Amino acid sequence: MLELRNISYHVDDGKGKDILNDINLTIDDRFTAITGPNGGGKSTLAKLIAGIIQPTSGQIILDGVDVTGMSITERAQAGISFAFQQPVRFKGITVFDLIRLASGKNVSIESACQYLSEVGLCARDYINREVNASLSGGELKRIEIATVMARGTKLSVFDEPEAGIDLWSFQNLIQVFEQMHEKINGSIIIISHQERILNIADKIVVIADGRISTQGKKEDILPQLLNGNAGCKHMAGGCING
Amino acid sequence: MDEIQKNLLREIADLHEVPEGAYNIRSDGEGVARKTTENIDIVTKTDKPGIDIIIKPGTKHESVHIPVIIAKAGLKDLVYNDFYIGEGADVTIIAGCGIHNCGDQDSQHDGIHTFYLEKNAKVRYVEKHYGDGDGKGARIMNPETIVNLAEGSYMEMDSVQIKGVDSTVRVTKGKVGAGATFVVKEKIMTHLSQVAETKFYVDLDGEGSSTNVISRSVAKDESKQVFYSQINGNNACAGHSECDAIIMDKAVVKAIPEITANHLEASLIHEAAIGKIAGEQLTKLMTLGLTEAEAEEQIVNGFLK
Repeated sequence: MLELRNISYHVDDGKGKDILNDINLTIDDRFTAITGPNGGGKSTLAKLIAGIIQPTSGQIILDGVDVTGMSITERAQAGISFAFQQPVRFKGITVFDLIRLASGKNVSIESACQYLSEVGLCARDYINREVNASLSGGELKRIEIATVMARGTKLSVFDEPEAGIDLWSFQNLIQVFEQMHEKINGSIIIISHQERILNIADKIVVIADGRISTQGKKEDILPQLLNGNAGCKHMAGGCING
Repeated sequence: MDEIQKNLLREIADLHEVPEGAYNIRSDGEGVARKTTENIDIVTKTDKPGIDIIIKPGTKHESVHIPVIIAKAGLKDLVYNDFYIGEGADVTIIAGCGIHNCGDQDSQHDGIHTFYLEKNAKVRYVEKHYGDGDGKGARIMNPETIVNLAEGSYMEMDSVQIKGVDSTVRVTKGKVGAGATFVVKEKIMTHLSQVAETKFYVDLDGEGSSTNVISRSVAKDESKQVFYSQINGNNACAGHSECDAIIMDKAVVKAIPEITANHLEASLIHEAAIGKIAGEQLTKLMTLGLTEAEAEEQIVNGFLK
């Protein structure tokens, strides 16, 4: 279970700006979708959970342990995985290297291929490819997701898996998440604007202007979002692209 | 052969046993073992130190190992090795130099390798440089490789120098004939106060000739590297050179590309990039549970792989 207690994140850019304000959130569902307008603070929240940035104030508690002061590495070791919105490219590091590092043990090529197959990539074609600029945005996204699956931690955070990929690739990606929903043992948090992703969530949290504007069961929140009526006036039309 | 010599051989030539095919092993300035085959002859030069390696036309899938190891401190070794590759031959040549220096005097190996590839010959040339030993004496290597490529021939040169060599000036010269191709892949890592300078001079003389010079390097600590490449397009040809360097700590890397088109149909490209490891690469690997130091090591190893 992940708890965010009074989390605020403030940037000092001369004027001073509150990106997140007093966020209190408990995540104990299997699948939570965080949505809301661009610039509302969703990705900041995801980075705070992974430890990539530190909150200005507040606490992050994972299964009763305060992880707020922990580094990225320590949080990863404590059981948090993070899929980047824009996956990082590496010259020379192969897909297999990345999956091996992610799993933290000497995985066989066969089991690494299994992860690739699960994200819809033909394993034989990709396992020895470098994670470099020769891969398309959609391919990188899938590899990114495969690394998170290979870790198999108790909490996996995906920051806008649909961003930067074409509609055709997205159709296939949705199936990956639908299946992951069935398979993964830990909790999943997905930052997303996509109705089809929101539709497979157990819980939906709407963040706007640095605050939680509403949260609850998918059955309750999704109809409000689709009617443009979730306490977030920006949502209507603008954010849901499903 | 003692353990130090065996270790040097393992590092530079991946040799655990006596190699298959032809070989010539030079240790502390003298030839210590040699084997020739029906198609590959190795002859000691009479006018200067070194050997001639003569490969018969049409020889296929054979290899030649010519490692040099130096374990004696203070030794300065200079050799001239000439390679004559017959028409249509297709061979692998594995050279390399390992220096173990635990004395106070400098040990140095300067190898001048000249290749003559006949028509349609194909060579894969692998060269590894390695140094170890905890003496104060420097380990110095200055290899020079001169490549003459006749019509339709192909040479790929893989050179690797990972740590251990205190000072190196590497010079590679190529004269590329019609339809011939010269590919160079160089990997260098320097640390401490090491100095590495690499210079490439390629003349694309024949119609349809091409070259691709790719250098990847990592400079750590206070080491210094200079990459210089000069490609002259003297005919309808294609030339590409690429210098990609990761810089760390207080190291210095300089890249000086020079491309000259002396022909309207010459197409030449140079790319150079020098920079530190991207922060987001470290972050990504840290989110997989690696420490920052482990992440750095993986990125460097991958880059030089």
